[in-house]
Amino acid sequence: MHLGVAEPMRDCEYSQISTRSSTPMESPHKKRTPRRKWQTFPGRNKFYCNGRIMMARQTGVFYLTLVLIVVTSGLFFAFDCPYLASSLTPAVPAIGGVLFLFVLGTLLRTSFSDPGVLPRATPDEAADLERQIDIANGSSSGGYRRPPRTKEVIINGQTVKLKYCFTCKIFRPPRASHCSLCDNCVERFDHHCPWVGNCVGKRNYRFFYMFILSLSFLTVFIFAFVITHVILRSHRSGFLNALKDSPARYPSCVVVCFFSVWSIVGLSGFHTYLISSNQTTNEDIKGSWSSKRGKDNYNPYSYGNIFTNCCAALCGPLPPSLIDRRGFIQPDTPQPAPPTNGITMYGSTQSQSHMCDQDQCIQSTKFVLQAAATPLLQNEPVVMASEPPLPARTSLGGHCTSLPLGQPTPPTSTPNLSCEADLIPHQEGAHHHFLTPEEAPSPPGMLPCGSPLDHSHAVQFYSPASQDSLHEDSVRGLVKLSSV
Amino acid sequence: MVGLCGTTWSTQIVSGLLDVLYSELATAFNMAETHSLQDIRQQAAIAAKVFIQRDYTNGTVCQFQTKFPSELETRIDKQQFEETVRTLNNLYAEAEKLGGQSYLEGCLACLTAYTIFLCMETHYEKVLKKIAKYIQEQNDKIYAPRGLLLTDPIERGLRVVEITIFEDRSTGSGR
Repeated sequence: MHLGVAEPMRDCEYSQISTRSSTPMESPHKKRTPRRKWQTFPGRNKFYCNGRIMMARQTGVFYLTLVLIVVTSGLFFAFDCPYLASSLTPAVPAIGGVLFLFVLGTLLRTSFSDPGVLPRATPDEAADLERQIDIANGSSSGGYRRPPRTKEVIINGQTVKLKYCFTCKIFRPPRASHCSLCDNCVERFDHHCPWVGNCVGKRNYRFFYMFILSLSFLTVFIFAFVITHVILRSHRSGFLNALKDSPARYPSCVVVCFFSVWSIVGLSGFHTYLISSNQTTNEDIKGSWSSKRGKDNYNPYSYGNIFTNCCAALCGPLPPSLIDRRGFIQPDTPQPAPPTNGITMYGSTQSQSHMCDQDQCIQSTKFVLQAAATPLLQNEPVVMASEPPLPARTSLGGHCTSLPLGQPTPPTSTPNLSCEADLIPHQEGAHHHFLTPEEAPSPPGMLPCGSPLDHSHAVQFYSPASQDSLHEDSVRGLVKLSSV
Repeated sequence: MVGLCGTTWSTQIVSGLLDVLYSELATAFNMAETHSLQDIRQQAAIAAKVFIQRDYTNGTVCQFQTKFPSELETRIDKQQFEETVRTLNNLYAEAEKLGGQSYLEGCLACLTAYTIFLCMETHYEKVLKKIAKYIQEQNDKIYAPRGLLLTDPIERGLRVVEITIFEDRSTGSGR
């Protein structure tokens, strides 16, 4: 059929025009794989397991930590536990095992979870903030970098300065700080710990604390029972003989344990103090709430008593991750990063200028149908007739006219529809697109297909069977259009 | 001869139908515009966005400022707006509340090495779902008919409540 042959070719032509500056989809044939948000995350983080695991960029020291813990515990279980289990009690390896597993669990949890990263501001937000800052400062500020912007807030009677983060383009909430290693603002930023290969912040502080606490118990446990083992053996066969029996690992094991005990126990003690006074390492190092700064200087975040502070830090509600690593990127989501091609078409500024409002749509549809009716009766291709009158329009406008001329696609074939969907939403759904991020996430190609279905039905009228069926179809199509 | 007459006749019929359709569509769009969120998305252009910032006077708890932005003066009642923000603030306070239930949940989670969250959702997440439903309901009932749209703050990292203001078409001519 003449029409049938002509139209698929034109269909591909139209879709090529639409994809040149818009969606990531290169051709109508390639399946569009929706990207997840972690793949375009602007910070310096590494993601594993399709976004489930999040770590800092330098993870070398983390692997060292892992190796140290596993090897030391492994040696203990292999060489000391059999003797101790038989001569003392089998509870020794059991408790050791539980401690070891707990240490590993909390370490992995600290290293792999989101510390409380604040997502960067969307371009609209950043522009709005800049405007407000200009109003506040008076717009006379030259130079590239304006002086550091701060906002003062009174929290529980203390004046707290909120700083503006130039990278994330937000005013940092109180207690948040920007980690230069990970290039993220982190809520309740404690410190960046290379041993766990991640920042320690609001969401993983309790796991970090549990890790160092249980690790200090584990090192003390191992240290104590290694000493016990040597003592027991030397009771039986003399001290020097005892050392000779077991390999020379004792000195190394003991040395590692000795130093770990002091450093890790010390660290646990320090963090216990921080938790009980509800401070972060950052604040303590800077002396933000120390009484040396002033008589009236006190910590506004403390709940007053040690017990509540501890409970709040360790057993309080765990806030969810704000960065939604595994969510899918909507093509028109306002991204803080430089926009991809997909956004240029659908972005807010574009949508305002290129929007085909319903007047234009109705007019163009009416014109096209009129134009189509006449030549079709003579069984000629429709496409020629309406192309000339609207060449001056933007590409979006062009799509408005080309819409009814494309191949009517059955609603169930999604790949075709996603092709059509590039054309169709520009007239009606481009605004529609802008709002879709606010709904539950759905694959980008799917949402606009709801409205264009009616349109694609409407174009069925030029099945050139006969005049009667043409009229019938046109009426049917028009009725469907009116149901939009 | 007959064919030509038939052609003219059918063209006239089609044009007539088109005119009827055009006016029908115009009316339909007019009526639909102020009624549903779906129609707003299909028709309206974004005029401006207002951002309600966080209120830190109570510490790091998630609260939003209840100050009424001037851009919304023509669109919505001040009381209505403040009511919405206050309810949101209460919901967030409920999510972050330190009480018996949250302590119990925390301790239980610690004892099970946090594996319990594989099957159960945290209290915070449950409240976030409640918040999402509330915002949807507010949009449908109050904000969409006035050409406004609230964005769930969780989509903006709990930094702002974004209110999108759509162009007011109700006074426009030439449909």
